Amino acid sequence: MSATAEIEAAPVVRQPAAKEIRKSFSSKTASILVIILTILWTVPTFGVLITSFRPASDVTNSGWWEFFAHPNVTFSNYNQVLFKGGFGVSGGIIPFLVNSLAITIPATLIALTVACMAAYCLAWVRFRGSDTIFFIVFALQVVPLQMSLVPLQRFYNFGAHIGSVPIFPALHLGKHYPLAQIWVSHTMFALPLAIFLLHNFIAQLPRDLMEAARVDGANHFRIFRTVVLPLITPAVASFAIFEFLWVWNDLLVALTFGGYSQASTPVTARLQQMIGQYGNNWQLLTAGAFVAMIIPLIVFFALQRYFVRGLLAGSVKG
Amino acid sequence: MTASHALVTASTFSASANKLGQVIGAVAIFFAVLLVIFYAAGRATGRFQRPLTIFVFLAPAIVLLLVGLVIPAIRTFYLSFHGPQLVGAKAVGFDNYKWAFTNPTEQQVLLNTLLWLIVAPIVSTALGLLIAVAVDRMKRQSIVKSLIFMPMAMSFVGAGIIWKFVYDNPGAGRPQDGLLSQIVITLGWKHPPIWLLSHPLNNFLLMVIMIWIETGFAMVVLSAAIKAIPDDVIEAARVDGAYGPRLFFSVQIPMIRATLIVVLTTVMIATLKIFDIVKAVTGGNFGTNTLANDMWAQTFVQFNVGHGSALAVVILIAVTPLLVYNIVQLRKERTVR
Repeated sequence: MSATAEIEAAPVVRQPAAKEIRKSFSSKTASILVIILTILWTVPTFGVLITSFRPASDVTNSGWWEFFAHPNVTFSNYNQVLFKGGFGVSGGIIPFLVNSLAITIPATLIALTVACMAAYCLAWVRFRGSDTIFFIVFALQVVPLQMSLVPLQRFYNFGAHIGSVPIFPALHLGKHYPLAQIWVSHTMFALPLAIFLLHNFIAQLPRDLMEAARVDGANHFRIFRTVVLPLITPAVASFAIFEFLWVWNDLLVALTFGGYSQASTPVTARLQQMIGQYGNNWQLLTAGAFVAMIIPLIVFFALQRYFVRGLLAGSVKG
Repeated sequence: MTASHALVTASTFSASANKLGQVIGAVAIFFAVLLVIFYAAGRATGRFQRPLTIFVFLAPAIVLLLVGLVIPAIRTFYLSFHGPQLVGAKAVGFDNYKWAFTNPTEQQVLLNTLLWLIVAPIVSTALGLLIAVAVDRMKRQSIVKSLIFMPMAMSFVGAGIIWKFVYDNPGAGRPQDGLLSQIVITLGWKHPPIWLLSHPLNNFLLMVIMIWIETGFAMVVLSAAIKAIPDDVIEAARVDGAYGPRLFFSVQIPMIRATLIVVLTTVMIATLKIFDIVKAVTGGNFGTNTLANDMWAQTFVQFNVGHGSALAVVILIAVTPLLVYNIVQLRKERTVR
């Protein structure tokens, strides 16, 4: 309101000010700086992309920038990485891509569901201690992942004991359902951030809306399903992308709880293995890196707007 | 395509479809069970209604957090005062901590981590802020933003491969394939070093990877914060005579101070927890080890749970002041609301 009044009252003052700001921040220097930074940011990835399409003999004999002088394109690196393997790597990478999907989709859905429920409860079913719980959850973000690996793996394999009294049986999830073990672990590690971000979002829903629903006789479960979930779908979708990328790119959790078996190893762990086995066969390593990256990159570029929105819901409004 | 090749492809395909089918089934069961619980708990009335509601909503998260984070953290704290074995180790008092701070190898690790903690968050936040401001009025800014932001979508292993290739140096007499070496050769440095073996330079080369990933995050968040400053604040400042850099440093920066701190602390926490980069590129060798990587190595390679746990506790303690600051900030905002 006051801003529009200002514009009408003092157009003469505003005009040079805006120009001044434009001058100092969008000057040629700034633009050139940004362009240089953008090139710096992109060239390493670009070099890897080029290398993955060059024949092996070219890659060993010249740097990837020579490609522009002697363009020589082959798809055999991708053929080998996807279907054949070689250099001590048996078989193609496709089963591992499938594993990544089989890990990432459920882990994301379960983590978000559990986090939404908790966030709603902490924001709108207030009770004594709900603030404290919220801050403890927030604080748990600093617990390093590595801290949990050994105790958690012992828990999965041996159950829980107090002294020698078993209080929880061994689940042996790793033996029978290695994927389920990875889903649960990812959910645990995702919760602090997910609850924190979603809580910020859910707490900002209009109070009147909640009270109206209460007056209409809806219980919390009904409100959660029919009022809250539809309203926070954009936020949930945004965080889902975030979590999808996080789980897809994770190495440590999958390695610890999935091992190097074809039944549950995701593509990142396969890639880590390939660094050792392919050594200096950069044409294969780069092709493998791109195969592993392609799905997250598609998700990222297609849904970037929502991803950004998810980040902002947490950081800016936090 | 040969017949056997086709056969292998077909069997891979059917196994994949089968696995994904099972996974979708498992997810469907999860949601079905949840719906049934919601329905049943929603029928409850009287004085059990409220506690039951809280229980159903909160118990899954609390149980998962207790089992996955809280109890392991307490256990790690306990283990840090005990010997190397996982089970039945003797209490050793503060020996593990004494080792962490007096052993020369560990002092190098601590120094590296300190460098990481200072350089990576500050550089990525500053670069992110710089780009956010400079790009604000540029044409086609979304392309620039997407390209800078893109590394966020990559795994640390993938980023490791990308940068390992940039830093590659096959040595004299062999065709150069590393971009960095080629650049410095072009600039006149005839025999560049084997980059990843050159201490202490290699530490900074690894930090570049982290900065490469986190700058996009900082840029996106800070850019939104700058855009979210109310117009009337900017107008008022202009009327008062604040232009250009002055407006930026004395109005915009203070207005986004909270966001700046959130970005800094977020990157710091990520930096403390990161071990994939160090592990994938140098394996922590050649003087590039950091706390998070060494904690892992002590536990899973040296099998010295006591040492590993002590390092884990050091990480926790290092990050606590930042976190407390963040919590205080949050509390303020909550009471305002």
